[in-house]
Amino acid sequence: MRIAVCVKSVPDAGSARRIDGGTKRLDRSADGVLNPYDANAIEEALRIQEATGEGEVVLVSLGPEKALDGIRKGLAMGADRVVLVSDDAAAGSDLVATSYALAKALERENADLVLFGQQASDSDGAVLWAAVADRLRRPLISQVAELTVSGSSVTGKRQTENGYDTIQAPLPAVVAVSDAINEPRYPSLKGIMGAKKKPQDIVSLADIGAEAGRAGEAGSKTTVLTLSPPPPRGDSKKIEDDGTAAEQIVAFLEEKKLL
Amino acid sequence: MKTLVFLETVDGKLHAGSLGVLSRAAKLGGEVAGVVIGSGVAGLAEGAGAYGAQVVYVADDARLESALPQPRVDVIAGLVTAQGFDNVLFAQSVLASDLAAGLAARLEAGVNWDLAGVEERGGELIGTRAALGDSVYVEVAWKGTPRIGIVRSGTYAAEETGGSARVENAAIELQDFSTAAVLVSQDRAEQSGPSIEEADIIVAGGRGLGAAEHFKLAEELAEVLGGAVASTRAVVDAGWYPYATQVGQTGKTITPKLYIGLGISGAIQHKVGMQGSGTIVSINKDGHAPIFDYSDLGIVGDLHTIVPKLVELLRARG
Ligand SMILES: Cc1cc2nc3c(=O)[nH]c(=O)nc-3n(C[C@H](O)[C@H](O)[C@H](O)COP(=O)(O)OP(=O)(O)OC[C@H]3O[C@@H](n4cnc5c(N)ncnc54)[C@H](O)[C@@H]3O)c2cc1C
Ligand SMILES: Nc1ncnc2c1ncn2[C@@H]1O[C@H](COP(=O)(O)O)[C@@H](O)[C@H]1O
Repeated sequence: MRIAVCVKSVPDAGSARRIDGGTKRLDRSADGVLNPYDANAIEEALRIQEATGEGEVVLVSLGPEKALDGIRKGLAMGADRVVLVSDDAAAGSDLVATSYALAKALERENADLVLFGQQASDSDGAVLWAAVADRLRRPLISQVAELTVSGSSVTGKRQTENGYDTIQAPLPAVVAVSDAINEPRYPSLKGIMGAKKKPQDIVSLADIGAEAGRAGEAGSKTTVLTLSPPPPRGDSKKIEDDGTAAEQIVAFLEEKKLL
Repeated sequence: MKTLVFLETVDGKLHAGSLGVLSRAAKLGGEVAGVVIGSGVAGLAEGAGAYGAQVVYVADDARLESALPQPRVDVIAGLVTAQGFDNVLFAQSVLASDLAAGLAARLEAGVNWDLAGVEERGGELIGTRAALGDSVYVEVAWKGTPRIGIVRSGTYAAEETGGSARVENAAIELQDFSTAAVLVSQDRAEQSGPSIEEADIIVAGGRGLGAAEHFKLAEELAEVLGGAVASTRAVVDAGWYPYATQVGQTGKTITPKLYIGLGISGAIQHKVGMQGSGTIVSINKDGHAPIFDYSDLGIVGDLHTIVPKLVELLRARG
């Protein structure tokens, strides 16, 4: 069974994230890391591969070449290879353009199962899979907290506003997993060493048969008009615990007359 | 402008969130329609007139019974193409988000999500949203039509203005792949359990507690403070704590005087359910956790050492 996992390189949570006032795009000059939510999707793919004892896990991504540095963590965890769509013409893609380019790359992979993470930590969209599933014309199950693959179908349990739904779909299918589905493994030293040698294909839009005009800013159907800082929240205090945190919380609650 | 609003049905009723978006759409001016999709839902359509819909389209079919997005994409895409809507608006939900994004791909249309407002300006639709974990406010627009928008839940209240709607049937042409996923079973979470909506003090536990049995720590702290225990989706999905205690987008919205978060990262979907709390205190060992961006007092440290001490100190105060 071939499993494609869509992964994204995102700015490290530790770096100060900002949107560039000029391009109105996210400033991606800082080093990227693997979107933490995508580690759950990779972990799930590896578990399915291990359970069946065969198949391939391929990471598929859209981003600048530099994104490979972050995505390599997925190879270190155990994925077999990467396909990164990287093209100047793909920069600034919104959802409709991103889903177009990713679907083109995924069509070439012809995977039985396409997995997504719960959300990209820089967009918080949690929607991309639905656009990709529609382009691939495949059934979709999202927000999956428990997944079973048996024979030619997948079954996912997911939470909605009204409780839990269990949904079944025939393969090939698209599934987006929640971050509660598993505890992602840490890459071993051997995994990290081996990652560099695994196939890492950087492909252009032309390579995947995608029209440049439908990707990137040209293919995007949304625009950002203005940016402004949010209203300030007032005084806030952040302290490192030096052994007196409990005392400081009590003092704070007393000061606020909450006790 | 011609606007279509997706009217989600829950338990045989039109969902209040989508009626709120409909009320807003009615104020944008122009033609406003709603669409109701499901099985046995035709009777609900007329009711939307009172919230500003001039026309309500109905797709009532046994194949549309389960709340799944893909067959709904087929119906709405057909309707938008046939009627030429400029805007298609959704109230955010698990179903509506997948539906809106699928529709965007089908119609090659732009979708803006997490909108905290939409307005009409010179014939254009403008949305406002917070981005990067609410650290910047952005005005967004669309290139071309239809413009698809997902409005953050709780943004607009449903306002009954007392009009009436014409009801029309929508064409139902479903694609094979759209009906391939099927609902096997449904587990309606029980609504009983501790009520976190009334409590003045909430101690919320997240995955940082490490295991179901460590919720005992949250319970002890809540007890000595006279409060109730709440949770995140991650721990509910993991089976550590009941769904009735979940705070956030797919859970409850709470506004206690004091919220103490233990081992919670503070993802945006959790934040939307608790940002109205009076005072927010959080303990997290990761100094970069987003919850610190909106905490009045943030403690970077290990909850397993801090909370037992805190409980002890509070007990000693009596
Ligand atoms: C459509 C959708 C709807 C959603 N609806 C909801 C919702 O209604 N409610 C909700 O809560 N979430 C919801 N989510 C999920 C949300 O995005 C987050 O995944 C979830 O809130 C994370 O829960 P958490 O903070 O418990 O876990 P994590 O994000 O895993 O955070 C755990 C935190 O604990 C800290 N920690 C670990 N050990 C310790 C220790 N010893 N001491 C101190 N700190 C420690 C870690 O640093 C980490 O920050 C939704 C997501 C989507 C996509
Ligand atoms: N540029 C990208 N390349 C590949 N996969 C992506 C990209 N952006 C988002 N994804 C995938 O889509 C999921 C949801 O992203 P989003 O809808 O942007 O929050 C992520 O968890 C990833 O699995």
